[in-house]
Amino acid sequence: MQRYSIFSLARRALSGHRHWKPTWRDAAPRSSYDIIIVGGGGHGLATAYYLAKVHGITNIAVVEKGWIGGGNAGRNTTIIRSNYGLDGNAPFYELSMKLWEGMEQDLNYNTMVSQRGVLNLYHSDAQRDAFVRRGNAMRLHGIDAELLDREEVRAMAPFLNFDNARFPIQGGLLQRRGGTARHDAVVWGYARAASDRGVDIIQNCEVTGFVRDARGRITGVETTRGTILAPKVGLAVAGHSSHVAAMAGLRLPIESHVLQAFVSEALKPVIPGVITFGAGHFYVSQSDKGGLVFGGDIDGYNSYAARGNLPVVQDVCEGGMAIMPMIGRARLLRSWGGVVDMSMDGSPIIDHSPIDGLYLNAGWCYGGFKATPGSGWCFAHLLATDQMHEAASAYRLDRFASGRVIDEKGQGAQPNLH
Amino acid sequence: MRIPCPYCGPRDTHEFVCRGETDTNRPDNDEAFYDYVYLRDNPIGSVREHWYHAQGCRNWLTVTRDSQTHEISEAVLAKDAAR
Repeated sequence: MQRYSIFSLARRALSGHRHWKPTWRDAAPRSSYDIIIVGGGGHGLATAYYLAKVHGITNIAVVEKGWIGGGNAGRNTTIIRSNYGLDGNAPFYELSMKLWEGMEQDLNYNTMVSQRGVLNLYHSDAQRDAFVRRGNAMRLHGIDAELLDREEVRAMAPFLNFDNARFPIQGGLLQRRGGTARHDAVVWGYARAASDRGVDIIQNCEVTGFVRDARGRITGVETTRGTILAPKVGLAVAGHSSHVAAMAGLRLPIESHVLQAFVSEALKPVIPGVITFGAGHFYVSQSDKGGLVFGGDIDGYNSYAARGNLPVVQDVCEGGMAIMPMIGRARLLRSWGGVVDMSMDGSPIIDHSPIDGLYLNAGWCYGGFKATPGSGWCFAHLLATDQMHEAASAYRLDRFASGRVIDEKGQGAQPNLH
Repeated sequence: MRIPCPYCGPRDTHEFVCRGETDTNRPDNDEAFYDYVYLRDNPIGSVREHWYHAQGCRNWLTVTRDSQTHEISEAVLAKDAAR
């Protein structure tokens, strides 16, 4: 692998940037591997990388129906954080946060991890109490959390609407280590590092079925580029988990929903970090290019369309205007939608499936991006050792049947409300 | 999306709440309850769903919709669909 550094950059610059090599190898499928990972997004590629790096397994294929990073890895709002309150979630997201912090050195790739802080605003006494509780739970798990009062929030973000009659800002819960990262770079960085260790990344290769032996075990996948065999097949296709699992005869506790996101025209730096509105559902950050990147609720009905409807556009913009009136002066540049796995308790699944040889990484709801490194780390552990990783031990598929759900929002089995 | 409510006529989706797939009847044994509460078919293509016209006539509808194109092919009162 060509290592990137200030010297390699200077050398290529002097030769007119004509001699850069492709970042990773676009492979053709071979007939068999030790492990097949379905889905070439951030999670699938991170899984392949950590299988190679941590577990020494390099005979791996990552099969992707389109191009890598063309699904939800390219449609998110790039926020990273670990401000979760429940025992099942906190250790996992903190593992992921620590991996973000070391990612650029580990991958030798600039993934633009920027710990500019994530601020959740609260607007009532009850909400403050809930945030205090969550902040304390985070600190007990070794995660940073700070409670800010109204004046401390004002010092940080004076442009917010503090005098909103209905939802006055009383303060906020701040995780300074949270922030943003560059979504495409994360995909390319993992692809490059995995490819360098011998992983085959196979694009335009859609899984159309599973190969099973006489005992019902899954021994490979049928794809649009032929049959590929492997004793272990891992699914990392969030958004389409139900669709692919149905090919193996499985029904999952998941609905696919559309989540929209928006970006404004580029502005000078105006927002210091990520800010979320506690009374509606609205979150905003500013990209390094200057665009305000924001979003809100999912549309609320099952969809594989990757585009949403106007009522949610209006709802998100109303949330923005309520909390940050100056956003009304910026013009909307683009909006898009992504198909997300909404699980029945709002938390993911990293577990064996009931079928031998098939492993699940699914149910990421609208929070999969921040989980990318942790998900790869824990899914690699599961695929390599057949044991669940300690940090992801709560993400069992059978938790719904056993009653051990991880319902951070407390909504019950209503995926469109999480 | 506009849903052709059989009572109110075509109305914007923001008046409605989606309840999800029309399941089979509530089971009478504990084992089947896990399937009933948690598992979904979640198909690509035609889906039959319950929608509640919360900001309108307050009828429950059974809507047949395509999950990939959002095209709505039919909306009938849920009590008629259940017959």
